[in-house]
Amino acid sequence: MEAELGRCVASFFPGATGVAGAAKLSGGASQETWSFDIVHPDGNVGAILRRAPKGFGAAPLRAAGLNNEAVLMQLAYEAGVPSPRVLHVLRPEDDLGTGFIMERVEGETIARKILRDEKFAMARQHLARQLGRVAAGIHGLPQAKLPQLREMTSTKEIDELGREYHGFDWPRPVFELALRWLKDNDPGPPEEMTLVHGDFRHGNLIIGPVGVRAVLDWELAHLGDPMEDLGWICVNSWRFGEIDKPVGGFGSREELYAGYESAGRKVDPERALFWQVMGTLRWGVMCCGMMQRFRDQPDNSMERAMIGRRASETEIDLLVLLAPRAPDQK
Amino acid sequence: MQDQPTPIELTKAVADFLRNDIAPAIAGHNAFKLRVAINMLELVVRQLTCEQGSEQAEASRLVQLLGLKGSLFELNRALAERIASGEVDLATQGLVEHLWQTTLDKLAVDQPNYASYKRERGKGGT
Repeated sequence: MEAELGRCVASFFPGATGVAGAAKLSGGASQETWSFDIVHPDGNVGAILRRAPKGFGAAPLRAAGLNNEAVLMQLAYEAGVPSPRVLHVLRPEDDLGTGFIMERVEGETIARKILRDEKFAMARQHLARQLGRVAAGIHGLPQAKLPQLREMTSTKEIDELGREYHGFDWPRPVFELALRWLKDNDPGPPEEMTLVHGDFRHGNLIIGPVGVRAVLDWELAHLGDPMEDLGWICVNSWRFGEIDKPVGGFGSREELYAGYESAGRKVDPERALFWQVMGTLRWGVMCCGMMQRFRDQPDNSMERAMIGRRASETEIDLLVLLAPRAPDQK
Repeated sequence: MQDQPTPIELTKAVADFLRNDIAPAIAGHNAFKLRVAINMLELVVRQLTCEQGSEQAEASRLVQLLGLKGSLFELNRALAERIASGEVDLATQGLVEHLWQTTLDKLAVDQPNYASYKRERGKGGT
């Protein structure tokens, strides 16, 4: 791997003499992430390779595609959205599959550390507001420069989630209740369709001691209702126990919305809440999908099996949203 | 009649052994996977402990709610269909209480430490 990477790096990074410390960070069904250092006489440069190796299965239906991810990341970087700089988009002659190489941004992505470590105490105070501004920056990226992306409406998303859930053939009255509620409360297309990040939450945000350093993982980017991103980041599963701080377990909706509006875009709180319900159901359906994959390919998948058992957390969260009980009656 | 120890006791003994004696000696990615494995065994113990009682209660609530008889799967399917069609909704007598109780019983097995579960379980009433 280091030999191929070294040849590739030499072709676009003047003065680079090779690479060192290549390590695979994660490998999914269709994508891999590698970390390595570009060796250079003026000092090494940390880099990340995100790629689909040759011969890997096709990207999932919803994926924007790695080339589009690279374009979006670069557009975000140029617009001042915290984002790693894209250094190189893989070409066939690189012999590394498809994908791209970007700068490595140091920081933390693990939610429990971000929410608990003293090191991030200051970041936590500003994060919700900062992320509001970042989301507004993403939604404001110039439409004319965007690559070809799938278009998603609330109505289509309800249909897709319903179809996927029914495909599992395992009745869940709470999911049916949520689907029914979503159909009855579907706000229809937004005034303006924008770029939507699609997975704007812990895990895809690199955090440093003073706040957000980079937005990662544009795999689910699409055109749609900008309120989708604001609803998704408020899904209870991303609060990691800090359930009274709806934004990722660190902030309030008011802070998120204030940050968003300070960047000149308007929040529609009702739509955002609608998308939170949608997002909660979506995570539930994803958990059921993990259970399905565990059954289909039972190798190396204790984690998938256990994520399958997380579908019920979304059922309680949907009930809290749609059929709340009175506060403590004891 | 099968002999003792029961499946619950056997599974719990394995989980305890892995947690207390093996986990401290393992590092890295395997330590993470071991934790997942222990969590799985503990889930199985919880399910074996409470399944029978809660599923019987769920079935009898469903029979009452739907006016039908059948397996738990068939009853849940029937309820799901009635919710989808709008025949049953949040205003239907007993539905909200049933969904809450059923969901709390699932969380008691799947994730008793999930924060929304801990809060809701502490509430009086249903």
